[in-house]
This record gives sequence, structure tokens and C-alpha cells, in this order.
Amino acid sequence: MPVNEVRGVTAKLSEQERLRADLVIAYPFTRTTGPVVGAFMTGLRDRQIVGSRRADGRVFVPAAEVDPDTGNSLSEIVDVASVGVVETWTWVDPPRPGSPWDGPHGLALVRLDGADTPMLHGVLVDSVADMATGMRVEAVWREERVGHITDLLGFVPEGTGTVDPEIGNKSAEADPVRSIRTPIRLEYDFIPSAAAQEYLRAYAEKRILGNRSPVDGAVFVPPRGVDPRSGTEITEMVELPHTGHIGNFCITHLPIPGRSDLPTPYVSAWIHLDGADIGFLGLVSGCENDEVRIGMRVLAVWKADEELGATAENILYWEPSGEPDVPVEQAGNRAWPGGEIRNA
Amino acid sequence: MREIAVVSSAIHQVEALTFKTDVQLMVSLINEARDAVDLVQADVGFTCSGSSDFLAGQGFSFVQTLDAVGASPPINESHVEMDGAFALYEAWVKLQIGEIDIALVYSYGKSSPGSRRDVLAVQLDPYTVAPLWPDAHAVAALQARLLIESGAVTAEELAAIAVRSQRNAVGNPNALRASADVTVADVLATAVVADPLRAADLAAEADGGCAMVLAAGDRARELCDRPVWIRGIDHRIDAHGLGVRDLVTAPSATLATIHAADRAGFGADSVDIAELHAASTAQAHILTVGIGLGHDVRIDPSGGSLAGDTLMAAGLMRMAEAARQVASGDADRALAHASSGPCLQQNLVCLLEGD
Amino acid sequence: MGSLGEHIAVLGVGQTKYQSTRGDVSIAGLVREAALRALEDASCTWADIDAVVIGKAPDFFEGLMMPELFLADALGCVGKPILRVHTAGSVGGSTALVATSLIQGRIHQRVLTLGFEKQSESNATWALSLPQPFSVSINAGAGGYFSPIIRRYMARSGAPELIGCMVAYKDRQNALLNPYAHIHQPDLTFDQVVEAPMLWDPIRFSETCPSSDGACAMVLGDEAAGDAADGPVAWVHGTAMRSEANNFPGRDEVSPQASRDCAAEVFAKAGIVNPRSEIDVAEMYVPFSWYEPMWLESLGFAEKDKGWEMVEDGSTEIDGGDLPVNCSGGVLSSNPIGASGMIRFAEAALQVRGMAGEHQVDGAQKAFGHAYGGGAQYFAMWVVGASKP
Repeated sequence: MPVNEVRGVTAKLSEQERLRADLVIAYPFTRTTGPVVGAFMTGLRDRQIVGSRRADGRVFVPAAEVDPDTGNSLSEIVDVASVGVVETWTWVDPPRPGSPWDGPHGLALVRLDGADTPMLHGVLVDSVADMATGMRVEAVWREERVGHITDLLGFVPEGTGTVDPEIGNKSAEADPVRSIRTPIRLEYDFIPSAAAQEYLRAYAEKRILGNRSPVDGAVFVPPRGVDPRSGTEITEMVELPHTGHIGNFCITHLPIPGRSDLPTPYVSAWIHLDGADIGFLGLVSGCENDEVRIGMRVLAVWKADEELGATAENILYWEPSGEPDVPVEQAGNRAWPGGEIRNA
Repeated sequence: MREIAVVSSAIHQVEALTFKTDVQLMVSLINEARDAVDLVQADVGFTCSGSSDFLAGQGFSFVQTLDAVGASPPINESHVEMDGAFALYEAWVKLQIGEIDIALVYSYGKSSPGSRRDVLAVQLDPYTVAPLWPDAHAVAALQARLLIESGAVTAEELAAIAVRSQRNAVGNPNALRASADVTVADVLATAVVADPLRAADLAAEADGGCAMVLAAGDRARELCDRPVWIRGIDHRIDAHGLGVRDLVTAPSATLATIHAADRAGFGADSVDIAELHAASTAQAHILTVGIGLGHDVRIDPSGGSLAGDTLMAAGLMRMAEAARQVASGDADRALAHASSGPCLQQNLVCLLEGD
Repeated sequence: MGSLGEHIAVLGVGQTKYQSTRGDVSIAGLVREAALRALEDASCTWADIDAVVIGKAPDFFEGLMMPELFLADALGCVGKPILRVHTAGSVGGSTALVATSLIQGRIHQRVLTLGFEKQSESNATWALSLPQPFSVSINAGAGGYFSPIIRRYMARSGAPELIGCMVAYKDRQNALLNPYAHIHQPDLTFDQVVEAPMLWDPIRFSETCPSSDGACAMVLGDEAAGDAADGPVAWVHGTAMRSEANNFPGRDEVSPQASRDCAAEVFAKAGIVNPRSEIDVAEMYVPFSWYEPMWLESLGFAEKDKGWEMVEDGSTEIDGGDLPVNCSGGVLSSNPIGASGMIRFAEAALQVRGMAGEHQVDGAQKAFGHAYGGGAQYFAMWVVGASKP
């Protein structure tokens, strides 16, 4: 089947034409603490800051599992005061996403009385003018505490915190803290490359584009931008038909989130478009799973026109076209004759 | 010890590589570095790269970048999730063994899609520090304040470092921040970003990449007119916790310099130029002192990382910039530095020399 | 090795108990457990170590970027050099090779190398399939990627359908001989393996690697350190690494060229002409059962399309096989992704040191360690021996 050539012109994209997506990487990480960090967290839950003490008397706060000087384990837990001195500081305005603070705040290394090392936490004052190295501060606590560094709301100038007769009063929880939750959320601006922009916009028009390598004419779908065999840049775009064959497949028994239209088990297959020299992963439907075979010819089933977007998700799945199979020996990556220049 | 030299390098750095992928960038840089010495990938005995998944928001992001190298037939290759300077170190070690004569090193970073200062918070102690999301500028600021309040420098002296960087950067196509006539007063007049650091005190965030070819002994002499010999290279790390170590010194930088000098037979007091990988002017000062750079050393002739800092490649770029100074004859001996981690926790020092 | 560089010795090995969640330790605690055991086995202290090389898979697993920074103190590394390797699934192996290079290049005398993963802090499936905007979500996972390749091997070789189950059963039985292994199924029958639900046809749940927390460490030393060691050491006879791109025209996915080239180099370096007869025991990276016969062929232990025969006729069994494979239970029984490659290398070393306990192959003189990663595109291998090369 002839491959229709399209002169690939990567025009300057206007703001409206630029595709972008929000890429959010987020997970509520659960970290088990082990005994020493666990003791520190348990202390926080009880409004008690603790450190670990080395044989020579040096007290590390927060409690450290390991002595940095020797690599030896530290296990002796000691109480330190909830008051201390700011050794250095900065001002955070605006507060960072994900941080426990809603407004501008100081961030400081605070060395508590009884500790030999300072700990990092927030200093809750109204403005940067209220911050100073050497200022004495006291801890302020969250009312509901779970055993987490944020059980501490932060530090305030000594004497300005609410007098709390219950400092050191243990929480109702008796079991030591063994794990903490530390959610991480990072947002990225996902902006497809210029070539990918073109590929995705073509999808919106129900066109499938690939790249043709200047080395020997090999066609890559999706467009790869570079021929991985030689590290040669590929700029030529070509258009491909919506038919191809299955180079390889498996029947997956794990559901895909958000694809309730696809019953489990389903076939995921390497789709080799006519004219393409590598495959890409796609879903196969429209037949019984056990009818699917290497070499089976398929065609794309698209979303309804009004649902099309600039995305490969426009193709819902691939279904059998009914045409005779490609012989197994010629299916998939085997199809590449190797070294031949492929002509249109 | 075998003599190993930098024989070529390629650098590209911009504010944001919006429509260019890492792979596309590295295709051009890797080809440029190899072409400069008439090599193809088949000539390369070992390839090593440095990059970070977190920048891209993708696990295994380095796998795709292998496309840029042309790994067919298969190659002897490895990767560190660190600045490319450490990939250079690994390649140097491989060359020392003697089984190969040519290595390709590359690294890249594209942090513009995310918030770099916040991504870096995920490097910090995951139990007691990272959940507070102390961003990279705040962390650098804590160190800077300690430095100023210790009496070691004034804000004006830090501003002078910013000025030096911007003036040196004039003419460097890879610098983001260059100005021939910026003054200390100009810097001090700009807004504070993270007290006491101003924007000009903080390294200019960039996207970009760097590729370099290393060669051994006579092979290096065949490939270029003036090989830049790596006479000594070493790296060390300090304790992680910000409260556990002295933030106004960089003991690991001092130690790395001593060990590198040991191998080289000369030290920081003998170099003509130095390229520093500092996240702030305060760090540049700390390194100058910690490494032992005298007043006669031209520091950051390229502008240094202050003028443009590609996360994961800034250190390798310092190596490349320093090597170029030597290759061109502008310097005979150079020191190139790379760092990693908060407040100069980990440091690599490389001593370079031309024949 | 030999005239080009130092002889490298494996002085000590340390492993953690592998299990789905190591809820009793922090990340530092996990790595220290393996490191301290390796130090003890090597009769070393932290002070004896010149450098540390750690490796692990994507940092998204633990949500800790560049963990060598946080772990410097925990690994006794303050004032020392530390490197962190990342080569996808092969990382445990490539990490050991970087450590080997440091000694071979006469940079250091004793290096601690460690691979780890505490993947219970997140979820392996999540970390392995981060969202990709504009792309079709297949949720194939690693199994979905390798399963079609396996299908092709089955068709091409004509292997009987249950070969994969035989491998899985063997590895899980072997795991019972390894106190560190994650999956211990003392009552497992072969029929249960066969009747287990399909995950990615033709791979069943019973033929799939688990998701494990764990760490594995080794102390490597130079020739002088090896000679001076009190206990038995393993000597490194050969190392090799190869990488290739994935998904390009004409790629042999069943037996990638990188795999074949890497094996050819490591055996050549180790002076091994006939791997099948000269290697006494192999630890290969087999995360899905069928990869045992596939790697046997690719590595040169069996001819093309004949690897499955070695499974069927018991050649890879610990009892009576002439090439026992994965006596430790393999990746099929324990899989902390960042450590799995190093576990293969370490188990090979334990075998030739005679320290593999109940899963020891009697008289093992030469052992093979193997790791792979990515789309079967990164390979790291070593050959170790009871005597110096």
C-alpha cells in the first residue's frame, strides 16, 4: 500500500495552537520510620521534641539514626526543650505549594536548648522584619497530632505562644509511631515537541503521521524525531493509512482505569501500520480475544468526530479488517528487510 | 595512571527548551562533539550520561535519550542519576582501566516544565525536612545568611560576585545572564527572592545539555591539536542534614581538591582559571575559599553556573567551559568544579592542563 | 582482568530479608541492614571502605530524589566518594560493575556497593506507569511489554505450553532454600502454578515476579584485600555491559543483540569457551518465567529454540541439573527492583565462595550473574570464580 507523503513543515505555532497538558505526579507516600525516626515522630505526637545522643554526649535533633562522623548507629533517645534559638533564617513569600503554611513565613534552623544541632522548621511571624538570627523561639503545636513533622505548626518568638500547661502531655495514642504519610505532588507543564505537536494536531484531523529516516527510509510511528539506530535527526513527516497488522500481542487481565468500554481481559497489541517499520502499542477489540493472532490485519476505530482531540486517544481500538493475514514470518519487526531503501 | 584528555565538547543552554525534546537537543550536541574529532559512535569505547527522572516527571526518562547516541550495534554504556560531571568521572575511571581509549559523556536537563526550586525539595530528608517543602532558594538563603553573619562576606561582596559573573558571561552564547555594565549597586537594587539572596545572587535556571569526548594518551593527541589533560579528579560528600554540618564551609570541596591535586601534582594555587558550579553567590565564595583559589585566578570566565545553570548538566558544563579555555590557549591550567545536593553537600573537583 | 587491571575480589555479601513491606525500618535502616551484613562478612568496618556505589531504579518509587544525598551518612560515606547508578532494571548489576571499575582502575582498594528499593512507600505499578499526556493508556505494565515477546518465542521455538510454569515452580521451590527470599510457598504444587489466573496471557500470576522491599550489598576489594581475607572470596573473572535502543526496525526482541554481545564479551574475558559446561551455576534475571529458556539461548547456554529443553529435562534444577539456574529463587521470588540485579551478582559470588547455605550447588567453581533492564535493552553481566582468574 503506498505511503502518502506529506511535506512536513513545522510552522511557528501561535499560542492558541500550542498543545499543552498538565502533568501531575502525585502520590501519598507512606514511609515506615524505623525505631529512631519513629521515636522522634512519637515525641512530636506527644508535644515532645527528642534527639538522639551519641556516646560523647552530642545530641542530634531531629533524632538521627546514624552518627555522620563514624557511620555508627545512634539509638539513645533524649528529650530536648521546645524552646531555642534561631541560628539562621530566610523568608518564604509566597508559601510553597504543598508546604504546611498558607501565608508568608520564616524558615529557620532552630537549635533547641539541649540540642547540639539545629532543626529546620517555620517561624510564624508577621513579616521579615520580625526575623533575626539569635532570636529565641518556642514551639507551637497543632491541636490534632498524628506523629509527623507538621505536628509542629512552627516556632514563634519565645513568650508569645499560648501558655500550654499540657506541654509534654502524651496523646491518647499509646502505640509508637511506625509510619508517616508524606504526600508529594509535583506539577509539570507538558508541552509536546514541535514534531509531536504536528503529530497530535494531525490526529485531531484523523490523520496518522510518522517519521521517515533519511538513513534508509525507515518509517517510525509515532514520529520519533531521531533514528535510534544511528542518532540521526529525522525531520520528514509522512502520512500513513489507518490499516496495518498485529506484530505481537498479549491478553491482559488487568483493567485500565477510565476505560470501562473495554471489558477485561483485553488484547494489547503492537500495531504495525502499512508502510511503518516499527509498531506501537494499541488495544484490539471487535473480535473474540482468542481470534487475535500475529499477522492479523486490523484497522483503526476512531472516536466520534465531535469527540476528537489532538491526542492519540482518538483511536479507541483496532479491529480486524477481514483481509488476509500477513504471514507470521513477515509480521512485526520481522517485516524490516534490513538495509533496503523503502520507496513510496 | 593513564593520561586522559578532553578532546572536544558541545554545549547548549537556553532559558527554556519548550518545543525541543531532550533527545533532539542531544542528537545535535552528541553529533557535534563526535564530529569535532571525526568520530562515529563505533569509535567510542564507553558512553556515560547523567540526568534525572524527576526533572521530566518521567521514570526511566534517560532510556529515550539513548536514541540520540545511535546504540546500534549495541554499545558499552551506563548512566548515573547525577550531574554529568559524575558521568565524566565514571568514564575517566573506565579509561584508566585501559580496555578502551575513547569515551563519550553527556548530560542534559529540562527543568522548565516544572518548578525546579520545589522539585529539589524532594532531595531532602524525607521524614523531617521534605514535608515542609523547603525550596532550593530558601535552602541556599539559609547558608548565605550564615555566611554573611559570620563576617566572612558582605552583601556587597556577594553582589560583586554576581557582577563578575555577568560581565564574564558577555560573549558566551550559552549564558542567560550577561551584562557588560552591570554594577554592584544595580544588583543591590533588585528585589530579594529569598532573604538575603537577590535574583542575581541565584544561579539563572536554564535548560540545556552538554556532550564531551574523552580520549587516552596518544589517541588524544591524534584527535586534536591541544588535548586538555585531566591531571586529577576526585569527588567527596558531606553529611546530609543542614543542621549537622558547617554550612559556611564545604569540607567535601576542600577534600576533593586535595585528592585531585595529589594526583595532578599541582593544586588550586597553580591554576589560571576556575569554573564553579554554585547555586548562589554565597556558594561561589564558599567554594573559592574552600578550594583555595587565589586572587590571581580568573574565576568563572564563562560566567559560571550563576550565568546559566542547567540542572544535571551544570557541572559537566563547567568541565567543558574550563576545557575550552585550555584548548584555546587562554589558560594552561584550569580547575573545574561540580556540586550536588543542598548547600554544596557533594563536590567534584577536576584539574585540567594543556601541554 | 589480568594484565590490564587489578584482580577484584568479592569480600563480603549482605542481604536483607525481602518482603512486600519492610515496615520495621526506614530507608536508611533498610540499606544499613544489607551494608552492615556485607561489612561483617568482609570483616570490615566503615572505616575500611574507600568509596560507595549505590544503584536503584526510578526515584519515584520512594519519592526521594537522588537518595545518595540523604543516605551519605547512613552508608558511612561522609568524606568519601559516592556514586549513584541508574540503568533501569539492570541497575543492580551495572552498579556492581561501576564498583568493580573503581578497583580495576586502581582508584580505590575497597568499595561498598549496594542496590535497594523500598517500593512499598508507593506502588510499583504506579511508579512504572506514570501518566503520559496525549498517549493511549494501555496499563500494560512490564508484563504487558514482555508477554508479547514471550508469545513470539513460544511460537518460534515450538516449546510446550507449560515450560514457563516449570520455571516458576522451580524458582519458588528454590526460594524455600533461601531464608532471604520474599515468596515462600512451602505448599505450592505444580498444578497450582498452572491453574493460577492469567495476568498477561501467556503469563500467569504464578509466573510473575513480586514487588519487594529490600537491599543487597557487597564489599569488593583489590587483589591484596582478597589475598588477605580470612574467609573465602569470589574472584571476578569477567564483566561486561551493553545497551541498545528499543523498538527499532528489525530488532530481535526475543534475543536482543545487546544480550548476545554482552554475553560474548563476558565469557571471552573470563576465558570461557563453552558456557554450558564451564559455568557451574547461573543467577539470571528472570522476572517472568519464560525468560529463563529465552536467556539460556541468548546467552549461549543453549542453541536457538532449544533453551526450553534445558528446562524440561531438568538441566536447570538445583538437584541433578548440570546448570542450576536461580537457586536463590531468582527475581521470580524476590524483586526489589533496584537490588535485583545485584542480588544475582551477589548470589553468584556466594555460590563460588561456598556460602549459599541450603541453596548451595556443591563444588561450584564458576558462577554467572546477569541483569537486564528497560525494554530488554540494558544488560550487565559478570563471571566469578572460586580461584583467581
